[in-house]
Amino acid sequence: MPKLTIDGLEVDVPAGTSVLQAAEQLGIEIPRFCYHDRLPVAANCRMCLVEIEKMPKPVASCAMPAGEGMVVKTQSPAALQARKDVMELLLINHPLDCPICDQGGECDLQDQAVAYGKDRGRYTEEKRAVVEKDMGPLIKTAMTRCIHCTRCVRFLTEIAGVPELGMVNRGEHAEITTYVGKALTSELSGNLVDLCPVGALTSAPYAYTARPWELKKTESIDVLDAVGCAIRIDARGNQVMRVLPRLNEDVNEEWLGDKSRHAIDGLAKRRLDTPFVRRNGRLEEASWNEAFAVIQDKLGGLPGSAVAAIAGDLADAESMFALKLLMDSLGSPHRDCRQDGAALDPAVSASYRFNTTIAGIEQADALLIVGSNPRIEAPVLNARIRKRFLKGGFAVAHIGVAADLTYPAQHLGDGVDTFQAVVDGAHPFFEVLKAAERPMIVLGMGALCRDDGARILGAARYLADKVGLVKDGWNGFNVLQTAAARVAGLDLGFVPGQGGLDTRGILAAARAGDIGAVWLLGADQIETNSLDQAFVVYQGHHGDVGAQVADVVLPGAAYTEKSGTYLNTEGRAQRAARAVFPPGEAREDWKILRAVSEVLGKPLPFDSLEALRALMAEGCASFAGIDKVVPGVWGDFGENGALNPALGPLGSAVSNYYMTDPISRASPTMARCTLEIGGNAKARTGTDG
Amino acid sequence: MSSISRSLRGFLLLELLSGFALTLKYMFRPKVTLNYPYEKGPLSTRFRGEHALRRYANGEERCIACKLCEAICPAQAITIEAEPRDDGSRRTTRYDLDMNKCIYCGLCQEACPVDAIVEGPNFEYATERRAELIYNKQKLLDNGERWETEIAMRLEKEAPYR
Repeated sequence: MPKLTIDGLEVDVPAGTSVLQAAEQLGIEIPRFCYHDRLPVAANCRMCLVEIEKMPKPVASCAMPAGEGMVVKTQSPAALQARKDVMELLLINHPLDCPICDQGGECDLQDQAVAYGKDRGRYTEEKRAVVEKDMGPLIKTAMTRCIHCTRCVRFLTEIAGVPELGMVNRGEHAEITTYVGKALTSELSGNLVDLCPVGALTSAPYAYTARPWELKKTESIDVLDAVGCAIRIDARGNQVMRVLPRLNEDVNEEWLGDKSRHAIDGLAKRRLDTPFVRRNGRLEEASWNEAFAVIQDKLGGLPGSAVAAIAGDLADAESMFALKLLMDSLGSPHRDCRQDGAALDPAVSASYRFNTTIAGIEQADALLIVGSNPRIEAPVLNARIRKRFLKGGFAVAHIGVAADLTYPAQHLGDGVDTFQAVVDGAHPFFEVLKAAERPMIVLGMGALCRDDGARILGAARYLADKVGLVKDGWNGFNVLQTAAARVAGLDLGFVPGQGGLDTRGILAAARAGDIGAVWLLGADQIETNSLDQAFVVYQGHHGDVGAQVADVVLPGAAYTEKSGTYLNTEGRAQRAARAVFPPGEAREDWKILRAVSEVLGKPLPFDSLEALRALMAEGCASFAGIDKVVPGVWGDFGENGALNPALGPLGSAVSNYYMTDPISRASPTMARCTLEIGGNAKARTGTDG
Repeated sequence: MSSISRSLRGFLLLELLSGFALTLKYMFRPKVTLNYPYEKGPLSTRFRGEHALRRYANGEERCIACKLCEAICPAQAITIEAEPRDDGSRRTTRYDLDMNKCIYCGLCQEACPVDAIVEGPNFEYATERRAELIYNKQKLLDNGERWETEIAMRLEKEAPYR
């Protein structure tokens, strides 16, 4: 524990802390460009120079370990002069194009030039210019502005695990470049824009559209995957302009996946902004009252057992709860939130959660991934696994279709037979898991959505007992969900009631004519042609496949347009906030359901969102506290029985990272990414274009 | 004494005559009024009149959509929307200036890094309806073309003081 003095203040810090970090503990801010908390130290911008007594020259404080008895001066004339000189050097080649630079207004260099820059330059020779690089459809480059901090290179190499950027040449000719001149293939590439302290890397879809000072900032939650990253929604007028990550050490640290960041242009496309009613085979615009009258007419005459409800992947807990109560009051037991038919057991809450928690990954020492590709299902969570891997002493194995997970995972095989071998103890990785102190298994939707999914779940449960996945203070059994609504739906009991049918059953019964009406709450990933005969009400925000088969379309609100609660894959209750208003006639989903219940003569027992939430928290402990994880209850789940290798290899539930839900499917940016980055699936050969 | 002279002056209509004399005197002096609109007074080069968006000599519009004028406008009279133009450069797709709101403080032209938005010498743009005073980009660019010679001259004269 070295003790040092910074600007006359004494501080004790753990050995290995840098002078810059020690100063931060005292609340002394040292300017920096290349240093970043979560990246390795490069010490190449030299902006953090400080004066240390008995040292002959100013020292880069980010790379200088704190030593016993050091006397550091951050504000001495020598330190300030050194920073001014560094700033002058950086500005020699930096263009004065702040007015056309998207970073303007939130630029580190701009801010620090105010503090340390001179009012005029002494440099009269020619400035250098650097050719732009093609970094794909998400990142716009202006490499002349680059100050060579190498944050982007370090991020891609260390955090994202996709070493595609590097610095070539030296001195005047140094430049950041993609090694082979192709689009970045990282799902986390959007973070480069946040990391870049200048305007060299900026967001391409957001280019020139808004300035930071004219944006209204709303702190919210991302729902495009099941991780529930903390985000900040920046809106201008009634349009979401961009989404940025917010700090949440328990979930996303400060990273965000590209889909969550850039799919927002889909929020303005293909929106349902008015109710529709099918007349003579065509969906025609209607008023709310007309739509309600049709629903009353069709649903009023049906017995409860002929009505069913399916919730989609983006539904908030409030609307699922309201729909569940509505189905209860209609006497219908047929409802399901598992539109993909995943074999998740709603009775045991630990059986469908990421019990280790995302932050808990850092404590694990062995990991088996089964039927999942976390890189495309949950890139931020995958970055956490990689972070754990980089610390060393972490055995990772993967069963499923071989994929580059950004860390070297031992590929055991791609079928259920390999998994069965591990479960039976016949495979050497069984011993690795057994020997590990804190072993983890991650079960993906690719495994659970198969016909033998329940058996795979049962086998995993059996494995959990045999290798001791669950012990005091440690639960290494994890299910990686891909849908933001799933855990909340299961916790709330949006699953078949007594004698009720699940998604497959509902679709089969609708085909057979036993179910006369189906309520789709944003459910699009189902076999919609099974619903041809039934009366279908689609409540959602996008005109996706679900709306096409609907007889009545009720326009709902997307996640940026309503206050809603979501449970992420860990079971963490988080609240999304309204950043903009729903378009046109669209309304918040719980309000729609409340209004429908009134029309059907069975009013739901709440009149406000607060009352709904109070009622919801009464029945389900998960919603009692926001941003808290209520640990799942461990128990018996899954089916026993032989796994079926004939069903093919264990794939991932997500085939194209950039298009997984109605919002991203409507997004032009995501379409470009799919085309140019190829959804991370296609390898290019020499004969490609 | 005073009462006699006062009554004498009153009797001889001297006040009236001195009044006529003053009137006569001013008849032969140069006029201070102007025969507007045929005659106009001189304007300072710093006069802040009707706005204009300028172009470069090669016809390229100067405005780069940095939105500094929009940010600084105390009356919030300016509305700008921007996106990359086909050639990739940063341009406005919308530049609306509500002349009803404008208080003619001149902060927009001071904020502009490329001398695109300027307040020109024109003050004769009264309209019959308010709606006509909501200027769009085309109107402002037309103003710029119409007044460019004078605006350029004014800017040149002001250059030493900026």
